[in-house]
Amino acid sequence: MEFILGHLNYWLFIVLMMIGFYIVVARGNYIKKIVGLNVFQASVFMFYISIGKVDGGTAPIFPTDMNIDPNVVYSNPLPHVLILTAIVVGIATTSLGLALIVRIREEFGTIEEDEILEIESKLQAEENSAEGPAMGGRA
Amino acid sequence: MRHHLLLRVITKLLVGPILLFALYVQFHGDYSPGGGFQAGVIFAVAFILFGIVFGLAKVKQVFPPWLVHKLAALGVLIYAGTGVYSLMLGSTYLNYSAFTPAHPEHGQHWGILVVELGVGVTVAAVMVAIYYAFAARPPVIHDEEW
Amino acid sequence: MELFIILTLFFMLVVTAIAILMMRHLFAVVMLSGVFSLLSALLFVTLDAVDVAFTEAAVGAGISTVLMLGTMALTSRNEKMPRDFSPIPLLVVIATGSVLIYGTLDMPIFGSPTSPALSHLATAYLTQSPHDIGVPNVVTAILASYRGYDTLGETVVVFTACVGVLILIGGLARRRRKDEEGTN
Repeated sequence: MEFILGHLNYWLFIVLMMIGFYIVVARGNYIKKIVGLNVFQASVFMFYISIGKVDGGTAPIFPTDMNIDPNVVYSNPLPHVLILTAIVVGIATTSLGLALIVRIREEFGTIEEDEILEIESKLQAEENSAEGPAMGGRA
Repeated sequence: MRHHLLLRVITKLLVGPILLFALYVQFHGDYSPGGGFQAGVIFAVAFILFGIVFGLAKVKQVFPPWLVHKLAALGVLIYAGTGVYSLMLGSTYLNYSAFTPAHPEHGQHWGILVVELGVGVTVAAVMVAIYYAFAARPPVIHDEEW
Repeated sequence: MELFIILTLFFMLVVTAIAILMMRHLFAVVMLSGVFSLLSALLFVTLDAVDVAFTEAAVGAGISTVLMLGTMALTSRNEKMPRDFSPIPLLVVIATGSVLIYGTLDMPIFGSPTSPALSHLATAYLTQSPHDIGVPNVVTAILASYRGYDTLGETVVVFTACVGVLILIGGLARRRRKDEEGTN
């Protein structure tokens, strides 16, 4: 019982992670894929933070006068540092992905994956029929 | 959003306190939750809010794009420069204790303050620059269609 | 009590995530992702990570919602009707999930004070930083001083992402082309 209660958190975060993963894999709209990626990312953050939690602990900030009570338990500050920077880097990379989506929309006129693949294969076929003889019919 | 009187008035009231709060978060980060990353984002939010309500042209007058782009680089330089300064004082890279050898803790305080300032400047400028880049594109969906 | 709060928040997170999965109206999807960020910020507070909660609330609910709305205004408002249901993504997801859950079986119990993550470096930071640095917020002390190299790297990554966005959609190339045409 203690084992289940102690690991329930991790499992719950993995369930959340997998919902995000499913959105990324199964949906064709690029904006939705980015949202799914954000859900996935946020669940990884929660998982990581939950590793640093200590029973009965408090936030790792000392009193301002620095009179530290040795009986107070502080949570592990290291995951907080790593995740804090990861969140800001995450939004910077997300915006890069969104910028790519905007460019894709300008080039292809759509942000649905299957339509883009269709256009791509059509372009490829045209190129092949035009360049085919020059490449010895193998292109 | 020229016709939304309420939004315009409330934005004018809010931009000042948001900037002030960003500065508080920036320089009080040693004592309470906060620091350069959060302060930079909050600082940028004030400009983004202003831009959404009053239009891109207005906010670009207040905070011109050339300044934004240069500030993004300046923040990184402040951070890296702090490390170079500690190198010049004969210590290792980013070792702030070298600033005041008689009292290493003070050096650490100074170093953290300067480094967090660099982070804050970069993050704020980057967020505003990204917002400008997105907002300057001609939209496909017009205001009435939302 | 703490477990109860975590479970409630988790339940709300799952409902939000499933709503994101089901909705086809992108405006609602983007707004729900903001809700998701705020809920995860609440969860971070219950897990004692106040700095992280602060960042997540400012970044996730503020900036990323604005950027996604901006992208939406430049692209489209609705998702196309989903393709016919295919079992392959579901199988991939279930397989990955079960492998990850198998991986957690060896992990220490949640909140255990003897977990390996707490035993070496974290204790050192908590006991040393009052003498080394003297800054009350240990997270700031680690972020800016002990792990200053990390943070320098992260700042450079943020800067690089900005350069990438400006190259892709910043319109700098177009402006230069216009200038050249003007001078010629």
